[in-house]
Amino acid sequence: MKSKGVRIAILSGKGGTGKTLVSVNLASIAEKSIYIDCDVEEPNGHLFFKPEKVQEEVITVKIPVINDSMCNGCRRCVDFCKFNALAFIKNKPYVFEEVCHSCGGCMLSCSENAIGEQEKPIGKVLRGFSGSVSVHTGMMNTGEASGIPIIKSLLNDSIINEELPIFVDCPPGSACIVMESIKDADYCILVTEPTIFGVHNLKMVYDLVRLFKKPHGVVLNKCLDGENPAEMFCIENNIPILGRIPFDNELGRLNSDAKIASRESNRFRSLFTSLLETVKKEVRHETTVNPQR
Amino acid sequence: MKQLLILSGKGGTGKTTVASAFIKLSSAKVYADCDVDAPNLHLIMAQNTEPKRTDYFGMAIAEIDPDKCIECGLCKENCRFDAISNENGFKVEPFACEGCGVCEAFCPANAVSLKSAVAGELMLYVDSNTIFSTAQLKMGSGTSGKLVTEVKNQTKTTANPDTRIAIIDGSPGIGCPVIASLSGVDMVLIIAEPSISGISDMERIIKTSEKFRTKIGVCINKFDTNLANAEKIEKFCKEEGLLFTGRIPFDPLAVCAINNGQTIVDVDCPSGRAIREVFSNAMELLFKERDGVEA
Repeated sequence: MKSKGVRIAILSGKGGTGKTLVSVNLASIAEKSIYIDCDVEEPNGHLFFKPEKVQEEVITVKIPVINDSMCNGCRRCVDFCKFNALAFIKNKPYVFEEVCHSCGGCMLSCSENAIGEQEKPIGKVLRGFSGSVSVHTGMMNTGEASGIPIIKSLLNDSIINEELPIFVDCPPGSACIVMESIKDADYCILVTEPTIFGVHNLKMVYDLVRLFKKPHGVVLNKCLDGENPAEMFCIENNIPILGRIPFDNELGRLNSDAKIASRESNRFRSLFTSLLETVKKEVRHETTVNPQR
Repeated sequence: MKQLLILSGKGGTGKTTVASAFIKLSSAKVYADCDVDAPNLHLIMAQNTEPKRTDYFGMAIAEIDPDKCIECGLCKENCRFDAISNENGFKVEPFACEGCGVCEAFCPANAVSLKSAVAGELMLYVDSNTIFSTAQLKMGSGTSGKLVTEVKNQTKTTANPDTRIAIIDGSPGIGCPVIASLSGVDMVLIIAEPSISGISDMERIIKTSEKFRTKIGVCINKFDTNLANAEKIEKFCKEEGLLFTGRIPFDPLAVCAINNGQTIVDVDCPSGRAIREVFSNAMELLFKERDGVEA
């Protein structure tokens, strides 16, 4: 791939439109590449890649610990916390770990140095290989509220100096967790399906990528004969259509068995190869027109 | 009022399709869409009335007054969210700021203040018969859990206390909006998809739901797209002692109905017929007294 180290984020707004299908297959086709699964709440890419030589890193956040013998009960920490993660119970502050944002404010506001911090695991990052694809997966522990620290660790460490193309599989929606995933992307692929739900949510991520001034294009998935409301939306708004993936029983079956379609069949290999070519062309075009990145 | 929440873990398995059908079948007077990130229920549960709209204020976000800033850098140094940059003066990156207030507390020049901004919109449709609460989070806002709680509060404060049932459409994932939607519900119905991804995601949402000690039911949507995986889901439910409520077939007519703004029980189609069994099994669990105790 010519444009080295290019970061491509794949997002959709609506869930189940085919983000992982597109990300996994593009990363597979691109000879040497990096695949990063930022859907840390429900990561699925690793089920397809079945990576080997997996290394595990536990991701932690800092949680305050109160030394009761040093606490003078001034309540300053409780009053400071904007997240209501501290409550004053029986004249002592008590920490509610699940709602703590690890800002460190309580510790800084304590005049008695009675607050320290300890590391609390919230999930892990798994790094391994599948053929020539380097596969990075973030996995949040169930019951945790925010996977943002896991995404930060996925996207920042180790990856930063790589010269290979990077495919970032994003979570559904358009909230903070998606913004974190696309923040450093050079190009965004929006995957959609021909339903009114798909289009409604496409509009939202379309607004999001424009808000972040990210060059973007759309992949129309599950295309059937007849009118495609998602395609209409792209035409009306002049959004480049990067490719069309037909609604196809064989593709559906391979995908539901967590098989990488482009590794299994020539038909899908050529489909995703031409999609990757189009994406590369678009990225190259965007980097010449908009060379600030 | 019994609250039934529809969840799935994985996105796109059919939460809104099932929720809208359940609203019709139960003649629910109260329903809500807690997928504030990507709400869709309003697209099929169209209301004739205009909703009552309320601005939703998220966390107050820091702002630096450049006239007061003495460029000491303490704010940037103490920010754990990398939300303060220093290119031509210190500035807060609003998307990264979580509103913790550390920079405000540290600023020796009182140059930082926390300002709350509109982070979304709550909508409440009320007509003589029904209450429908929904919301849309503003692009780039982070506090979806809090907005979900407000969507649920809107129904609680408006609904007649004698209301029998409330149907709540949830969001994908297992994080903060899902956790906020789970709090206080009587039962969760999980819409599973017969794929390896779907099974993995289902197991994670079940683990998350179990922490709330709510009743859990499972159904499989598009079961016939992969019968072997559908078997695995049913076996899993049996082993875990979870109520399996039924199977819904893949149905192109369902897509047509939805695209026409109808629920799958508004038209005669295979998925609409199958969901009736899922519905009656789910209702039985929802209204069943738990372990002999009044639920």
